[in-house]
Amino acid sequence: MTGSVLDWALAFGFAALGIALALNLWRLLKGPGVADRILALDTMVINGIGLIVLGGIASGSGTSFEAALLLAMVGFVGTVAYAKFLLRGDIIE
Amino acid sequence: MSAPVSLAELLASFAIVLGGVFALVGSWGLVRLPSLMERLHGPTKATTLGLGAMLLGSVLWFQLIKGEWTTHELLVTLFLFLTAPISANLIAKVHLLRLRQGQPGEVIGPAGAPPAPSAEAEWSTFEAPREGSAGDMAGD
Repeated sequence: MTGSVLDWALAFGFAALGIALALNLWRLLKGPGVADRILALDTMVINGIGLIVLGGIASGSGTSFEAALLLAMVGFVGTVAYAKFLLRGDIIE
Repeated sequence: MSAPVSLAELLASFAIVLGGVFALVGSWGLVRLPSLMERLHGPTKATTLGLGAMLLGSVLWFQLIKGEWTTHELLVTLFLFLTAPISANLIAKVHLLRLRQGQPGEVIGPAGAPPAPSAEAEWSTFEAPREGSAGDMAGD
């Protein structure tokens, strides 16, 4: 291991993201509106990217960042698709 | 405690902790704030900034400790910072549209309902783009 400070920082980051994901899940289940659920899903994707990034630091290899980039792009497209479906009743017009 | 802590490690750790705090604050705001227009601020600002800090910590760690120059993180950061306002705008539009349609579940915040735009115009939420208007993509 490289040292104890980084390990503590990584543990804190993982814990913070875990609690954040639980809070997002609560908002996703509770709603109350459809827009709240889309927002909760979008935030869960962002926190998931954070988990991947921290995992990449913890494992010491840079191979997982393509996954983070893909998740960022797919998450954005998913959010836009949800919103567009509600706004226009159709995704691809 | 054996090896002395290097400055690079401290910098990376600080960025990671800062990112964790901001991500937590953003999600706490998503749960805590009363209506969607307020809730939008937490994830789109605090969480995005937190993830930016984490990615910066990752760049610092790979650069200063492992000696590898990685740019994927910068791409992720750029992409997130570009797309967060767009998703926020679309989600706010969904909220406005469903508020106007009187759909259940949409909560009006303490500041009251969003004001109607001036003149005879409406918030452009559902209206199909007219021929020749700015949103008309048909002929492009």
